[in-house]
Amino acid sequence: MALRGDWVYENNGGTCVAIAGLDYCVVAADTRLSVGYSIHTRDYSKICKLADKCVLASSGFQGDMKALQKNLAAKHLIYQHQHNKQMSCPAMARLLSNTLYYKRFFPYYTFNILGGLDSEGKGCVYTYDAVGSYERVGYSCQGTGGALIMPVLDNQLKSPSPLLLPTRDAVTPLSESEAVDLVKDVFASATERDIYTGDKLEIIVVNAAGIRQEFLDLRKD
Amino acid sequence: MEWAKDNIRANAIAPGLILTPLAKTVSDFHRWNPYVTGTSVLGLKYKDGIILAADMGGSYGSTLRYKSVERLKPIGKHTILGASGEISDFQEILRYLDELIIYDLMWDDGNSLGPKEVHSYLNRVMYNRRNKFNPLWNSLVVGGVKNGQKYLGMVGMIGTHYEDNHVATGFGNHLARPIMRAEWHEDMSFEDAVKLLEKCLLVLLYRDRSAINKFQIAKITKDGVTISEPYALKTFWGFSAFQNPSKGAEGSW
Repeated sequence: MALRGDWVYENNGGTCVAIAGLDYCVVAADTRLSVGYSIHTRDYSKICKLADKCVLASSGFQGDMKALQKNLAAKHLIYQHQHNKQMSCPAMARLLSNTLYYKRFFPYYTFNILGGLDSEGKGCVYTYDAVGSYERVGYSCQGTGGALIMPVLDNQLKSPSPLLLPTRDAVTPLSESEAVDLVKDVFASATERDIYTGDKLEIIVVNAAGIRQEFLDLRKD
Repeated sequence: MEWAKDNIRANAIAPGLILTPLAKTVSDFHRWNPYVTGTSVLGLKYKDGIILAADMGGSYGSTLRYKSVERLKPIGKHTILGASGEISDFQEILRYLDELIIYDLMWDDGNSLGPKEVHSYLNRVMYNRRNKFNPLWNSLVVGGVKNGQKYLGMVGMIGTHYEDNHVATGFGNHLARPIMRAEWHEDMSFEDAVKLLEKCLLVLLYRDRSAINKFQIAKITKDGVTISEPYALKTFWGFSAFQNPSKGAEGSW
């Protein structure tokens, strides 16, 4: 096992952000696909709609990203046949965790955020590491620009400390449009300093009305 | 240290080949190193379809060993495939695809595999082989037209894959893509597309030492595949930078 080469992985970059509100969830990722100093394409969607109220944004190695998305989509299709309903976001979150951990010793090199609405219609965000540890949070970011964005989100969203008892709700106090604007700002900023983030921003908003998609151009240099 | 003894045998097969704990046997070694390789493949969408271009060189390390390698091939009715990287692995891939196309044809249901399906299949093959730590050492370009839809995609050695309006493998991604990004537009005529590709091929010929002046261009439209006869481009070596390349960078002695 220790003899496995590092050539089986590639970092194709990219940044994902998700913010959960009281009755909405914003999931966003840039569309640049690069390796080293080269850009493969400026228009690659890293976001995948898994269920009616559940979307997955991933970054890392593109081959693993796509394999993971297809795997989850196939599992969800079986779930629909067996239960005649869409999988809930918390259920999908556990499924993703197990799927990642299943490959603990030859991991999917992917950094994921799952966003959507829970069964009560409240916004939810789940954040992961490559081998499946996960946590429900109010907002999160992953990927090459993650370290640049996270402190800004902490500063702007001030989620209640997880140490407080009884536990407080993690959802952010922002309105839907404020959250979308914040996402646009943090991506515009990350693009300035992270060479793996840029070209275009894809934003998915999940709310009671359904799923909405919008795009914003980012710097292409 | 059984593998160390095999070094003698390995060296007889390929000079300079050294076995390590990672590549314990000669056949293991094949997993990590390509032998005969082809250089960049370029592809772009144009008004009526897709054009691919590649030279016909096959390099054995830095030796130009083969000079008539066909690296652009038709796959089924709607697809063309271009390959850079290990030539033998490409020929193995062509055998997989022949089988795939024939089995699909045997249903005789009027369906046929389009470029999208071929691209997806090739991706699964490449990704599956990297999962077995025995990769196919290629970067592939898939182009095609089916039901009036143009399709252009690429697959890398370890299963990275994407679609775009223009693609290039290897050196082409560094040297040709910037030219294509600057000059490509949606409704290019065939003549303009060929002109653009030839400009890119010429830059690659000048700056990529594995590139040779013998090219093929393949075209696919709704009417089918056409692959050109091999031809050469007119070169001009009179650029001042070529005349005296070390000017301005002289040594101190």
